[in-house]
Amino acid sequence: MTRCTASDDAANAAARQGWMRLFALSDAAALEAALPGGLADEVRVLRAPEVGLVMVRGRTGGGGAPFNLGEMPVARCSVALADGTVGHAYVAGRDRAKARAAAILDALMQRPEARAELERTLIAPLSAALAARRQAAAEKTAATRVDFFTMVRGD
Amino acid sequence: MYVAVKGGEKAIDNAHALLAEERRGDPAVPELSIAQIKEQMTLAVDRVMSEGSLYDADLAALALKQARGDAVEAIFLLRAYRTTLPRFAASLPVDTAKMTINRRISATFKDLPGGQVLGPTFDYTHRLLDFSLMADAAEAPRAAAAPADDAAMPRVVDILNHEGLIEADSAPADAEPGDLTREPLTFPAGRDLRLQNLARGDEGFVLALAYSSQRGFGNNHPFAGEIRLGGVEVEIVPEELGFPIVIGEAELTECHMITQFTGSKTQPPQFTRGYGLTFGRNERKAMAMAIVDRSLRAGEFDEERRFPAQDEEFVLGHSDNVEASGFLQHLKLPHYVDFQGELVNVRALRAEAETVR
Amino acid sequence: MMPFPSPTAALAPHLPSPGFADPVRDAQRCFRKVLAAISYPGRLQDMRGLLSIAPGPLHPAAAALCLALFDLDTPVWLGRSVDTPDVRQFLSFHCGCPVAAQPGEAAFAVLSAEEATALMEAFHVGTPEYPDRAATLLIQTSALAGGPAAEIAGPGIPGSQAIEAAGLTPEFWARRGAINALFPTGLDMILIDAQRIAGLPRTVRIER
Repeated sequence: MTRCTASDDAANAAARQGWMRLFALSDAAALEAALPGGLADEVRVLRAPEVGLVMVRGRTGGGGAPFNLGEMPVARCSVALADGTVGHAYVAGRDRAKARAAAILDALMQRPEARAELERTLIAPLSAALAARRQAAAEKTAATRVDFFTMVRGD
Repeated sequence: MYVAVKGGEKAIDNAHALLAEERRGDPAVPELSIAQIKEQMTLAVDRVMSEGSLYDADLAALALKQARGDAVEAIFLLRAYRTTLPRFAASLPVDTAKMTINRRISATFKDLPGGQVLGPTFDYTHRLLDFSLMADAAEAPRAAAAPADDAAMPRVVDILNHEGLIEADSAPADAEPGDLTREPLTFPAGRDLRLQNLARGDEGFVLALAYSSQRGFGNNHPFAGEIRLGGVEVEIVPEELGFPIVIGEAELTECHMITQFTGSKTQPPQFTRGYGLTFGRNERKAMAMAIVDRSLRAGEFDEERRFPAQDEEFVLGHSDNVEASGFLQHLKLPHYVDFQGELVNVRALRAEAETVR
Repeated sequence: MMPFPSPTAALAPHLPSPGFADPVRDAQRCFRKVLAAISYPGRLQDMRGLLSIAPGPLHPAAAALCLALFDLDTPVWLGRSVDTPDVRQFLSFHCGCPVAAQPGEAAFAVLSAEEATALMEAFHVGTPEYPDRAATLLIQTSALAGGPAAEIAGPGIPGSQAIEAAGLTPEFWARRGAINALFPTGLDMILIDAQRIAGLPRTVRIER
């Protein structure tokens, strides 16, 4: 029997936050393509893929008390693998298949041997794609930065 | 006597068939795809998402297609759709200071950490029709690129407030904000409910109120402290996990308006703030919202409430275009009995008046 | 030897019991059953095929009702007879509903007939302006047949309807009658056994 310490939990949670974020921000096709074949028998659905809403909140004045801005569709799914490992997914949008794939991948990422493989084949390319997408947008935005030059008044 | 009226089913069916045909237009012209609307009518899509209060560009594009481009009808469709879905959670409040910036300007401070970044703006265009868009484009336009540093873009009002001359945000409260989609609006409404209402409110209505305030129907001479547009990551804390996870990204427009305030018995002279935040790219709406937010805070600053933009019940009660449109359009429903009653009444009054004469 | 492994056998004990296989359609089917139960008070509605397993003391029919009716906006009061960690986990995981600390805060309650009888007056009966804000009681019984016989009448019942749910004592009917006397406020109830439900809306009165 293994025992977890609080810092293990925190580290695990942080790692899990990282991949769950990446799954949410990535294309469904990449996630579905990464599902290992022959997994269907092993996956038990705890919470079938379903679309619902998340109320997105802002803060008054940007930093004050919260208020409700509007809703965002989200697909969620929870699965368990045969060994009892549970995977969850909440991904913005209405793509139930993406939620299912993300939940299965979340469970697989908690298994050390599967994780090592997925880090290489899935996480690394997804991270790189997200970074590249953001970098390209940032570069276009940067080209619109204003360079002020002060007019020297001659007298 | 109340007379129930039935009939017209055939006419209604045929009217809908005619609507469908006219929506499609000339079949010789290729049909619009949802992707085309989403990619090329982005600001219409963003308005529908914002006032439809549902962040889903595909559905907003579909709604626009189905509504033949009628924004208010499309907003209605989106609002109706959202009622069919369960709510799973509320997000953590988004942190707009961590936005991936697409545009960020300030009209009050020239030199900002992170700089002034124009982004994709209609400002400085000459508003001349571009007839080249009538022809099939030879190739897609390409934006310029420049090296991007990772400079942080803190909120202008936060970083330039060393002297305490600008009103600080109210302390971040953990209080559960009111939700007007769950509980009917009552007055006085808190600022949380006012901002939710304005964020969903009709752009034209909010714009007109802001304009009225600027023109003197309200005590408001605002400066655009900051306008920013970009993406924020949306996080929730699922109970089964117990820690926050990112579920996706939302593009938002945020505006801080800064208004001079001469002080009151209890407060020193300072700059006060109005706040606007919308889904998508809605700069005009976010700016107008920030001005109206400030106008509605008149009571907080012991300002006399004299004008429509300062009147909470007037503003919040009339800002919603789905409600307004519904109440207006109900006049098309049969009022035969009501009208018959009034007719009898007017005839009687007239007969009476003629006897007297 | 069992021909098939039990559906729960492979699950570690800390896992929540599964929800509907098809959350949207199954919830709609379940809601239709509730609609029929409320429309035809006392008439038994078959809930088989909606949910085969349920956590702890919840009947599968009761668990299905929870999945169809509860969400983030509906505080739920749990009677002691059903308030177990498994049930709480199931509700939190699938419905996201808060568990009410006091009966008066609840939009729904899941409880036994005995608990309903004892606690009835503690639930919110709505207001004359908003009678719809009353709590709905989901009452688990051991059986909807073979219990004390009663005849009910009211809207949705041609003539009268026999009802034989276990645990519905004369005291239950008397207290319920007193609460619903102030119509339009009152309590709507759904009676549940393992695989069936019957509606007992506030409009129904007991004949004998």
